[in-house]
Amino acid sequence: MSLDVIQVAIQRGSSKASYQETFEVPAYDSQTVLDVVSWVQQNTDPTLSYRFACRVGMCGSCAMMVNGVPRWTCRTHISKVLLDNKVEIAPLRNLPVIKDLVVDMDPFFDKWVEAEGVHHGALTRHDPIAPIDETATKRVEANAGIECINCSVCYSACDTVAGNEDYLGPAALQRAWTLLNDAKDEGRTVILDAVSGKGGCHNCHSMSSCTTYCPNELDPMSAIAGLKRETAKRFFARGS
Amino acid sequence: MLDIRLYMAQRITALLMAPLVLGHLAVMIYAVQGGVSTEEILGRTQGSVAWFLFYGTFVMAAAIHGAIGVRTVLHEWGDVKGVALTVATLAIGLGLFLLGARAVWAVTFA
Repeated sequence: MSLDVIQVAIQRGSSKASYQETFEVPAYDSQTVLDVVSWVQQNTDPTLSYRFACRVGMCGSCAMMVNGVPRWTCRTHISKVLLDNKVEIAPLRNLPVIKDLVVDMDPFFDKWVEAEGVHHGALTRHDPIAPIDETATKRVEANAGIECINCSVCYSACDTVAGNEDYLGPAALQRAWTLLNDAKDEGRTVILDAVSGKGGCHNCHSMSSCTTYCPNELDPMSAIAGLKRETAKRFFARGS
Repeated sequence: MLDIRLYMAQRITALLMAPLVLGHLAVMIYAVQGGVSTEEILGRTQGSVAWFLFYGTFVMAAAIHGAIGVRTVLHEWGDVKGVALTVATLAIGLGLFLLGARAVWAVTFA
C-alpha cells in the first residue's frame, strides 16, 4: 500500500443491520472527506448512499461522523483527520440511518417546530417595516445564533440527546433563543412554554459538545443557558 | 423528562442545601475536634426546635434534590420512562425522606 492511497472504512447498511466496508482511495492535495466519499461512490461502489448539495459549507447536508466525531465533510480536509493513513466514516449519531451515510433528519427538524422555532409575526404586509437596531443587546444575542445551517452536527454531538429521546436538542433550542430575542417575533409566551416542557432546555447538562463541534463556531450551550434564565425569571414572576 | 417544575425544584433545594451543608460540616468538625460525647450531643439536640428545623429542612431538600437527580440518571442511562420513572422518582424521594426524617426525629423529639 502506498502512502498516496487512503484506507477508508465506511459504515454501510441501515439502523437495523450495519457493517463496515473498507475502500482504498487515491490521495490528492486539498482533498476533503466529502471528496473521498464521492470518489468511492463514483469509482468503486455506485450503490454507496450519502447526502450533499452545496460543497461550500452553506447547506448543512453533508455532515457525517468522521473518526467518531461529527463534522461537515465538505469543509474538512482529509489530511487533518487521517490516523495512520486511515479514516472511519459513519452516518450522523442520534438519528435513524436510512442507508449507509444517509440519516433520517425528520426527528431533528420536527424538534425545531416543537421548540417553536418558527416565525411568530404580528404585522401584515400593509404595516411599515419595523426598524431594527443592530447594536441593541437583544439583537446581538439573536445575531449570535442566526448563522446556523441546520447541519445537525450539534444534535449528533449531544450526549443528552443520546440518552433522552424527548430532548429538543441544541439547534432547535438555539433557534428558539434567537426568536425570543428577535424584535420582529411576537412568540415569547409560546416559545417559553415550548422550551419548558419535558424535552425542553432544562434537560441540558451544559456539557458543551454542541459548542465544541459546531462547524460555524456558534454557541448553542450559551443560548440554552439564556433560555434557562428567561424561564426561571418567568417561573418566579408567575409561579410556573 | 425534566420540565421547568422539576428543574426549579432541584435548583431551589440546591440553594437551600448550600448553607446547610456548610453548617453540617462545621458541626461535624466541631463535634469531633471538641470531643463532644453522644450524651452531650443529644443533650443539645433533644427538644431543640432550631436543630429540628435545621436538619428537617436539610432532609426535605436532600430528598427532593436527590430524587430528581437519580431520576435523570435512570432515564438517560437506564432507559426508564413513563409511569415507571414517576414511581421510581417518588419511591426514591419518599425513601430518602423517611430515612432522614426518622434520624432527625430520633435526635430531637423522640
